Amino acid sequence: MSSNRQLDTLYRQVIMDHYKNPRNRGKIDDGSLTIHLNNPTCGDTISLQLQIEDDIVKNVKFIGEGCSISLSSASMMTQAIKGKSIEEALKLSKVFSEFMQGIAPPDDLDLGDIEALQGVCKFPARIKCATLAWKAMEKAIEEKTNEVSVSDSHCGCEMKENESK
Amino acid sequence: MNLGKEIRKFFPALDQEVNGHPLVYLDNAATTQKPVSVLEALDKYYRMDNSNVHRGVHTLGTRATDAYEGAREKVRKFINAKHFGEVIFTRGATTALNMVAQGYARNICQENDEIVLTYMEHHANLIPWQQVSKYTKAQLVYIPMQSDGTMKLEDIKKCITDRTKIVAMTHCSNVLGTMNPIAEVAKLAHEKGAVLVVDGAQSTPHMSVDVQALDCDFFAIAGHKMMGPTGIGILYGKKSLLEQMEPFEFGGDMIEYVHLYDSTWNDLPYKFEAGTPIIAGAVGLGAAIDFLNEIGMNQVQDYEQRLVKYAMEKLKEIQGFVMYGPKERSGLITFNLEGVHPHDVSTVLDMDGVAVRAGHHCAQPLMRMLDVTATARASFYIYNTEEEIDRLADSIQNAKEYFNHVF
Repeated sequence: MSSNRQLDTLYRQVIMDHYKNPRNRGKIDDGSLTIHLNNPTCGDTISLQLQIEDDIVKNVKFIGEGCSISLSSASMMTQAIKGKSIEEALKLSKVFSEFMQGIAPPDDLDLGDIEALQGVCKFPARIKCATLAWKAMEKAIEEKTNEVSVSDSHCGCEMKENESK
Repeated sequence: MNLGKEIRKFFPALDQEVNGHPLVYLDNAATTQKPVSVLEALDKYYRMDNSNVHRGVHTLGTRATDAYEGAREKVRKFINAKHFGEVIFTRGATTALNMVAQGYARNICQENDEIVLTYMEHHANLIPWQQVSKYTKAQLVYIPMQSDGTMKLEDIKKCITDRTKIVAMTHCSNVLGTMNPIAEVAKLAHEKGAVLVVDGAQSTPHMSVDVQALDCDFFAIAGHKMMGPTGIGILYGKKSLLEQMEPFEFGGDMIEYVHLYDSTWNDLPYKFEAGTPIIAGAVGLGAAIDFLNEIGMNQVQDYEQRLVKYAMEKLKEIQGFVMYGPKERSGLITFNLEGVHPHDVSTVLDMDGVAVRAGHHCAQPLMRMLDVTATARASFYIYNTEEEIDRLADSIQNAKEYFNHVF
């Protein structure tokens, strides 16, 4: 039916694959920066850990609760920034934010799996699901560069008790 | 007036297609659609009567004042308040509850006092009490809840002690549909000298409310959940308590005499309505009350009960459908579909033109009790039909099949 075809623009196979088999899910034991972020209007949560050395994202892991869009986006984000420089990660985040507003990425930038999230911009109520993990990543890098704290710092404006099962 | 199909013609917003399907609006616990009579009352007020109230000697000023105070009298009768001055117009139920917390509770609570709450409170009847607790060091006490989302009267009784100053409880849960025994709780609270504050946002639109019969001390109402405009609500309070209570805001209209270094307050209800009040909102709410009165609140409740029972029967047939809350409930169903996140359910439903709420419903502690991060909720009103519930069921089935397929 036609509504299912519309749904297919949102729920691509690759999204479902990331949802079912999230990449980089879990915890880094030490030496990393942790950011908890939630979407207070819907209850989605993410706890993102970044291990940054010499301005390079050496390792990244996340745990979280949320819908297929939010968790698959988190999985894709970690995949995309691992091994990249902070600068590259932040640039990617900017491109992604524009991508969610329907703006095509620059020609020389290959988004890889992230391309599959293109359909989200047609579902305005779901954009915030897709951007949660990216916002967490931006905040983590911001904290790192501000050197506010080295480990286990929290984003002050958000709920902290996002325990995950 | 016949409810369901016949009444739909009065609601312009219901007559539209969403994503290529006729709209099935099932998010009434969040807000209801507005009948033409409410829209016309707002329009007439702004086109013909617009003026400030309680001030001008001119004709429009009188008309605006009559319309505003006429709406107050409609509310008074609708909830059977004893005195006109016991009905205070507010921005909504949230403001009403905050007014009681800040203007009353903060002044009477002390360290070692207790404020009794339930696990099923909306954030609006929870956070204001947390703030009172932080300010006064009074303790918050939660009444145990059963797995079906009800509370035992004996548990309520145990929690209300000589130390209790405030009992704050919802009349009807916005998540579980639980209807709490307010009159019995009022008795228990009063035996211990405590004051009962009731969140009536989810009950007043759906059943007959008599604040004198309930004997509650404060009662909060949201106008937009009963077909009124947004930005209008009611705080009902017993006269003797409102007289003790401090004003929430200060400024024009709420004063008696103003001197350079001190002022005295106007009588009830004006003491609590500083500044130009929500005149058009009150007029719109008055029109919504007229509409409800024409139907009769007993008929409203009977009809919604029929709908919710039909929906419970229909939906439980869907494999993997998990329903939260008791069997006896108000007109809403909060649910999850096994293996599919409620946001994803909600998006599939929206593609079929079916509007439901997904999320934590402003009740995060309750979500934790239920051991879920989010749920979906279908909530009914007088214009919903059994055919619409069939479409809800079909769409949920579609969501299930779609996600089974893509996995």
